Amino acid sequence: MTVNKPSSSPQRAVSRRRSALLAGCAATVLLTVSACGGGTAGTTDKDGFAQAPQKDGALTVWVDATRMDAAKLYQKLHPEVKLDIVSYDGNANGSNYLQTKVQLFNRTGKGWPDVVFSSQNNEVSWAVEAGFAAPLNKGLVDEATLGRFAKGANDVCTVDGTVYCLRNDLSQAVLWYNAPLLKQFGYTVPTTWEEYQQLGEKVAKEHPGYLVGDAGDSFTPEIYLWASKCGANDITGPKSVSVNTTSEACTRMAKLLDVLIKNKSMSISGVFSTDFGKNKADKVLLMPGPAWFGGAVFRDTLKTPAKQIAAAPLPQWQGDGSPSTGNVGGGTWLLSQHSTHIKAATDFLKWVTTDNAYQGEKAPGYPAYAPAAEAWLKGQNASGYFASDLSALAAASSQVWPKWGSGQFSQEAIWAATVKPGITQGKSIASMLPAWQDAIVKYAQSNGYKVSQ
Amino acid sequence: MTLSHSPSGSATRRPRGVDRQSRAGIAFVAAYVLLLIAFGILPTGYAVYFAFTDAGGTFTGFSNFVTTAQDFRFMDAVGHVAVYLLFWLVSLVVFVVSLALLLHRLASSAVSRSLRFLFYIPGALAGAASVLVWLFMLDPTVSPVSSLLGMLGFDTFGEVIAPGNLALLFTIIAFWTGAGGWIVVIYGALNNIPKDVMEAARIDGASAWQTAWHVQIPMLRKWIVYMVILAFAGGAQLFVEPQLLSLASVGVAGRDYSLNQLTYDFAFQMNNINGAAAVSVELLVVSVSAAALFVARSGFFDAD
Repeated sequence: MTVNKPSSSPQRAVSRRRSALLAGCAATVLLTVSACGGGTAGTTDKDGFAQAPQKDGALTVWVDATRMDAAKLYQKLHPEVKLDIVSYDGNANGSNYLQTKVQLFNRTGKGWPDVVFSSQNNEVSWAVEAGFAAPLNKGLVDEATLGRFAKGANDVCTVDGTVYCLRNDLSQAVLWYNAPLLKQFGYTVPTTWEEYQQLGEKVAKEHPGYLVGDAGDSFTPEIYLWASKCGANDITGPKSVSVNTTSEACTRMAKLLDVLIKNKSMSISGVFSTDFGKNKADKVLLMPGPAWFGGAVFRDTLKTPAKQIAAAPLPQWQGDGSPSTGNVGGGTWLLSQHSTHIKAATDFLKWVTTDNAYQGEKAPGYPAYAPAAEAWLKGQNASGYFASDLSALAAASSQVWPKWGSGQFSQEAIWAATVKPGITQGKSIASMLPAWQDAIVKYAQSNGYKVSQ
Repeated sequence: MTLSHSPSGSATRRPRGVDRQSRAGIAFVAAYVLLLIAFGILPTGYAVYFAFTDAGGTFTGFSNFVTTAQDFRFMDAVGHVAVYLLFWLVSLVVFVVSLALLLHRLASSAVSRSLRFLFYIPGALAGAASVLVWLFMLDPTVSPVSSLLGMLGFDTFGEVIAPGNLALLFTIIAFWTGAGGWIVVIYGALNNIPKDVMEAARIDGASAWQTAWHVQIPMLRKWIVYMVILAFAGGAQLFVEPQLLSLASVGVAGRDYSLNQLTYDFAFQMNNINGAAAVSVELLVVSVSAAALFVARSGFFDAD
């Protein structure tokens, strides 16, 4: 832009500009310095990590919308605790909000929440490296309490024997079904995958439009392929993973899905899609899915009426001696190393993961803490929503196949970006298994994992 | 942009007024310069510093650039952004200029005024909100134009957002949100073309088409270049559209689609702020070079 006008006094203008420039720089530098100041002086080593000087003040707790009830209940039962409850997206669907914020807080040296809930169970894979998650089994939480969590529940929280988070809920997969509808059609609940496939083929012929499952979600591999013992995600060390998606365990499940997708007895929309809610909500006959499907999908999203939905054990392959199932998520609670209210934070953490007042009575998902899970199951059976008791959940809680880990890279994101578009275009899952493997390997390597195939 | 009609004659007669004027000018510019330094130049310098150092602050030369370029998503992202830029810039230039010319030809000022308003409305929605509007538009189950989507062979959201459609979808969204403002700007520029030039064209018997092609568009050249430079810089930083789409589709489409998303992943998911800075410096270099090329070739700063 040129402005053709006679300049009055160039010298003065320049000097003024220079002083303005200097003032600006000074202001910015001051801002930067004060933002970056916030040292680590005065820490004491206790409970297995360097603790910041403890202070009074409000305990900051980050929760997602669903866990808001837990924090509010705690406040009601403990009015003496000053609680600052912050609602965020729970890091759901790979939003990485928590991780993004913690990286920024690490740069500015302040702002970390004291306790945080995440709907993801792989937070430890970065939160330990980032110096955020505090070790819990080095003094903060006693061994007896930790020991009462369901077997393997806190595996996703454990790095080299140290527990860095507590599991909120388990998400073991079971076979959900519509009991009155199944009876009306004259079918029985399949106990093997072979029977399951036959039933799917029968449904396609006799009752077209009805569904025996859904394969359109990003967590589809965690229901079917995990349960089938497909070694796509065997995290063998803190930074190493073994990937093999073309073994017999993977291909036979992929072929089963392909058959049922082709005859349309298996939907490819995804249970949370608008399409499913509008067109398929009342067409569900069977639905393999995690524990939280009962409340979150059938009761709350699809609005299935009471006394219809029941749970059975997930089918197994014929002749497989050791029953296995998959797992979809299951939230975790983390405690910040930087907390200046560690005692209050620990009290909250223990209460929210183990106390019956929340986990036993109010929690929407299957509690990871075994005594709370018992109370929860009783409550669910008494609520009268389900058509059967939910004992299948209890049995499945210890059958989650242990060789599918929680890495820093999101298996759900990889499946969604690599396999899902192909399914939509009509490609078979079996034909995409090599591409899936390729994508997992690339993502794992770019996150610094050593990959064996 | 040149303001060549400054009252140079009056300057000699009323020096004190000019003095006050220039002081006011400096004050305005100073405020801008302050903000530019605080939010433009210093962060850029910070990014350049990060790009050439590692996490510990040691100088590493170009290693951040090499490692990020070797990431398996990098070349894909470059390709995506290049295709998107091509679609977006071509559609912007062609449609904005032709719509502005059309608007200018409309004799009835009432029609012209309401059309101008209509064009501008989408621009009033903030970026993210308008993307959300489009997410509804593109989902056949809830879209008000689902029959149109059905006619094109799209029955589910998943089919609409197939990987091959993304560049076009982002172009449509960006055009819908961003073009209205430019139509109004170009329309204003058209009004600035001196009446006598237009009249001379008419007296010489030029048709509407000839007037547009030989008189109006050449005189709009600088405005078009200005629009292309800003649209290029904005388009190269594509982020909101794919990011929101990836959240809405639960990761099916739009994750790691653009370079800016990749920088976001580097910085926050892979804890590699330095790599992220390297990619953003590359984006800056590309945008500045493109702008320099356009400016040099179009004689942008030449006085008329």
